[in-house]
Amino acid sequence: MQQVFKRPLSLKDVQTHFCPGCHHGTVHRMVAKALDEYDLQKRTIGVASIGCSVFLYSYFDIDVIESPHGRAPAVATGVKRAKPDSFVFTYQGDGDLAAIGTGEIIHAANRGENISVIFVNNTTYGMTGGQMAPTTLLGQRTSTSPYGRSLENEGAPIRVTELLTNLEGVSFAARVAVNNAKNLMDAKKQIKKAFRYQVEKKGFSFVEVLAACPTNWGMTPIKANERVGTELSDYFKLGVFKNVANL
Amino acid sequence: MEKRLFVRGNEAVCLGAIEAGCRHYFGYPITPQNDIPEFMSRELPRIDGVFIQAESEIAAINMVMGAAATGNRAMTSSSSPGISLKMEAISFMACMELPCLIVNISRSGPGLGGIDASQGDYFQAVKAGGHGGYHILVLAPSSIQEMYDLTMLAFDLSEIYRIPAMILGDAVVGQMKEPLIPHPRPDTELPEKTWALRGKGDGEQRIIKSLYLGDGELEAQNWKLHSKYQALKDNETRWEEFETATASLLVTAFGSAARIAKTAVMMAREEGLKVGLLRPITLFPFPAEAYAAATQQCKKVLDIELNTGQMLEDVKLSVTRDTDVFFYGRPSGTGSLPTPEELLEQIRRHCS
Repeated sequence: MQQVFKRPLSLKDVQTHFCPGCHHGTVHRMVAKALDEYDLQKRTIGVASIGCSVFLYSYFDIDVIESPHGRAPAVATGVKRAKPDSFVFTYQGDGDLAAIGTGEIIHAANRGENISVIFVNNTTYGMTGGQMAPTTLLGQRTSTSPYGRSLENEGAPIRVTELLTNLEGVSFAARVAVNNAKNLMDAKKQIKKAFRYQVEKKGFSFVEVLAACPTNWGMTPIKANERVGTELSDYFKLGVFKNVANL
Repeated sequence: MEKRLFVRGNEAVCLGAIEAGCRHYFGYPITPQNDIPEFMSRELPRIDGVFIQAESEIAAINMVMGAAATGNRAMTSSSSPGISLKMEAISFMACMELPCLIVNISRSGPGLGGIDASQGDYFQAVKAGGHGGYHILVLAPSSIQEMYDLTMLAFDLSEIYRIPAMILGDAVVGQMKEPLIPHPRPDTELPEKTWALRGKGDGEQRIIKSLYLGDGELEAQNWKLHSKYQALKDNETRWEEFETATASLLVTAFGSAARIAKTAVMMAREEGLKVGLLRPITLFPFPAEAYAAATQQCKKVLDIELNTGQMLEDVKLSVTRDTDVFFYGRPSGTGSLPTPEELLEQIRRHCS
């Protein structure tokens, strides 16, 4: 018998702490698979952020440093500049990257740091219990927007990929989703492409992943998965926004 | 004849850092330390080093964290309000046990304060400026030569003890020029960096973190850090004594204040007053035993600081119980730097 499906080498053989229906595990697997495909495990230094993503080192069998809230792109800058032969990626959520870490992501991108950023957007602060994020949709109820996010009080959700696309330093920017087979295939492809940019020393690469957080959305995994394909994808358009080297 | 340079203290820090093998500088402009990033931006690219002017003080210290995590010597410099912004990351690095150098050419505060020489940051530097209760190594140079020497020492001790190190200076020792005799980096035996991230290769995964959620894990980490602080106290306290053996009044001051105090002590000696000076060079670990020893005989201490009394607390905890500790402070601002004559007057008062 031929084995057709196996755990990527870069992932550990452990159970995750993620809630049922959470997409982090799916994204972890894709990142690990992309590391394997370019044979990067042995020279990768991952930069974990604050949130559900902090346990990167528990699931990936790679060297990892934990960074303070929002600062992963700055920490990754230090790692990559000090050790240019390493492969460096950050894995950040929407609270981390698009709120407290706005300055770090914009400037790391603008400097064209040769790093890759995986940005998981599930429109909420997951680990702290489902508070409003910069990407929370208008009308969405969270534990700190109990009447629904309003344009008047909180402003509109931030589209980070579009924002970064305007920066000269960004070589690759894409938004993907992991809610169905077609999107999964594409997500895998774009993450791999983002990593190829770094491997070929072609500058800053960024992939935003639309993901579900059923627990904090108060939905079943199936409903939450559907919401990624409808409400989230309506506001946060999927696609490749920048691909300067046409990889 | 040995080579002599005539340089500013801020440049002496840079020369010391480069001699110590530091090739990674990350910073942000703030007065009165701008000579440091300016020097590094000019010199580091010439020796294959990395200079980044970061978007913020916060980003700069986090870049230091990343570079230090790879086992490379890395540093940042700033001044008081900027150092406040770096405190979260310094707390992280204290827990992560990452060696690095932070230079604080401090200015007067609180708040935006002013840019004059000040010692208002003693508490912040020595008593855990960030959250969680930790210590970093704090060295207080009082000459341009020491800015050079202590920068090199800071890098070595930082690696040996795996602890962030700080040079605590101010505009006097930062911007003043004095002769400097450069010398090669000391041949110190340094531990292998078995913790440094390098990509796991064929070895085991390495993790640098400060989150400990398992039962008892964080408590154990805190006791581990505590024992390191104890080892620093036991092995690495440094201080200077001047005319203390025959003193009936012990003047104590650190950094720039100690320069002025030393002149005043010399003037007092010329008048026949029995005065000595005890100058801590390491502020953490604090040379408590030096105070205890000196106050076996000398029962009067005059602490002089450019603030309203911060090191004073550590001095009081260190002297023998029947010692009287007096204080003279000039919290800084324009026109507040004391003259030697002013300090001499204070010495005369306590000698009468």
